[in-house]
Amino acid sequence: MKIYEFQAYEIFTRRGIPSPWGEVAKTSEEVKKIAEKLGRPVVVKAQVLVGGRGKAGGIKLASTPEEAYRAAERILNSKLKGILVKRVFVKESVSIKEEYYLGVTVDRAQKRVVVMVSPAGGIDIEEVARTNPGKIFKFYVNPLLGFKSHEANELASALTKDKNLVKGIAKILSGLYRIFEEMDSSLVEVNPLVITEEGSLFALDAKIIFDDNALYRHPEISSLRDLEVEDPLEVRAKEAGVSYVRLEGNIGCIVNGAGLAMATMDLVKHYGAEPANFLDVGGGASSQQVGKALDIVLSDKQVRAVLVNIFGGITRCDIVAEGLIQALSKREMNLPLIIRLTGTNEEEGRKKLKGIKGIFLAATMNEAAKKAMEVVKS
Amino acid sequence: MSILVNSNTRLLVQGITGREGSFHTRQMLDYGTKVIAGVTPGKGGQQIEGVPVYDTVKEAVGDMAANTSIIYVPARFATEAIYEATDAGIKLIVCITEGIPTLDMVKACYYVNQKGSKLIGPNCAGVISPGKAKVGIMPGSIHKEGNLGVVSRSGTLTYEVVYNLTKNDFGQSTCVSIGGDPVIGSSFIDILELFEEDSQTKAIVLIGEIGGTDEEEAAKFIHLKMRKPVIALVAGKTAPPGKRMGHAGAIISGGTGTAEEKIKTFQKFSIPVAESPLQVVDLVSAVLDERD
Repeated sequence: MKIYEFQAYEIFTRRGIPSPWGEVAKTSEEVKKIAEKLGRPVVVKAQVLVGGRGKAGGIKLASTPEEAYRAAERILNSKLKGILVKRVFVKESVSIKEEYYLGVTVDRAQKRVVVMVSPAGGIDIEEVARTNPGKIFKFYVNPLLGFKSHEANELASALTKDKNLVKGIAKILSGLYRIFEEMDSSLVEVNPLVITEEGSLFALDAKIIFDDNALYRHPEISSLRDLEVEDPLEVRAKEAGVSYVRLEGNIGCIVNGAGLAMATMDLVKHYGAEPANFLDVGGGASSQQVGKALDIVLSDKQVRAVLVNIFGGITRCDIVAEGLIQALSKREMNLPLIIRLTGTNEEEGRKKLKGIKGIFLAATMNEAAKKAMEVVKS
Repeated sequence: MSILVNSNTRLLVQGITGREGSFHTRQMLDYGTKVIAGVTPGKGGQQIEGVPVYDTVKEAVGDMAANTSIIYVPARFATEAIYEATDAGIKLIVCITEGIPTLDMVKACYYVNQKGSKLIGPNCAGVISPGKAKVGIMPGSIHKEGNLGVVSRSGTLTYEVVYNLTKNDFGQSTCVSIGGDPVIGSSFIDILELFEEDSQTKAIVLIGEIGGTDEEEAAKFIHLKMRKPVIALVAGKTAPPGKRMGHAGAIISGGTGTAEEKIKTFQKFSIPVAESPLQVVDLVSAVLDERD
């Protein structure tokens, strides 16, 4: 789960990570007032849950309250990378002498938490990793011992020789690690951490991503979620216990299992059509689950055909077929439905579905995907 | 032979009194797996499907000489169950549970490894050596004994592939579902290593998906260390970046973990990549013909 910069900033400030003072605003008037109150140049930053805001024109410098007002006028309620900007974060502007990168994340291959620093701050760290990996310094944390202060000192020494700065950066690193661990994060990042002309350290950006699997033990984090910007169908699916991601195409997919769902989407594309969604109905593929899945997929008005791909394993195909018939009997279905059932008792399952109006039965995934493409293109 | 589980497997079920635990205990017994004990704290003394239930893993190991454990414990207690099995000296732990926090797994993987045990999963379908033992939730009936090793991050996609293989008379030595989480006990390489040494296994099918770089590491390993042929399948070519595709680990983040990159890496090392689950059969058939 992602949160906004201004929310991460609050967490940072509480943990003593030095950041320029700032306030969040929803209108240009508020922005102007904040700038007046501060009486110094400010940076107006769009609050959206995507990266690369600067390049997309979502971050503007303003030396007067009037300029801040005008910047807010341009950013607020505009679309940034397709997302409506509802809030801006107005922050005190600081002079920049150096820019560093600091981050904590999980290294999947090493199965460890890794604390990273780089002197190449202010730019996309993935870009640095690709073009200049030698400029990223990493420390892998012992899972049982945590991140020790002398380890933080050593890592900070990779950035500068100035002893005071090393001490300051090490303290920030320890703070970031503490946030990471205590709040079950998957990423805590400062990019950039700046050294000002006066020699002070400031986190100019704040980014935190939380581990969805750990939200159950952090109710305070769940309340930071902004449901308004999430896809309403994805929110509904989550409530129904169905794993769903909306895509651009017009072939609705209903599949049991995440891997099989992705493989089905890939095959739809392979035959020249576009999947409308990823959908995993979850275990059992009962009539209730399939019914919920159908409702969600059919709510997407782009959908022109529905492809159901179910592997009947321990749940036998004849039972799955009965579940499908039940789910269909309860709702209006005007779109072609391509069903592919495989696994235990598949013959019996197919027999039950044969002859029902609007249903096309396919023997293989390939046949189903091809059929789906044909019906939407005809 | 075969890997990880066989007729010497003496299985302990952690969470045996739960809905999932008891259901799959029956399924595994029906398959012929030696399920010899179960554990649910506070419920010792009962029997589930004729299997004695203990309060602790230590008691179950002491009384019944369990050497393998399977975990069907809810996410918030699952790592506790992993630690308990490890401390009782269980050498192979298979964790089916989905939804365990990643940082809990970072600690658990480290501890299990330190103690010299092996962990499969979490968020996996388990391990089956057809005709010998089934330690998992996969449908036993779709498998057939043979000489193909299968290793996968997914559940039903593996069933799909195995089902097609069996229908075309390609049996399996062992099928290992390693799990769909970002941090898992055993990676592709750990399992490939075992298949390479296993006399029953002649070729391996590797089923990967978006997220992380486990497939890329596996490709390098296959190229440098393996003599047996490997066929790959990668799911998620149509997955958008930044979105979790069902599995906690199936996410393209910061440009890494794309299906394209994984496929490119396999191809760079001349490892055949199937376009679809069905095509796996053709590719397997081709590499086995070559070897004959």
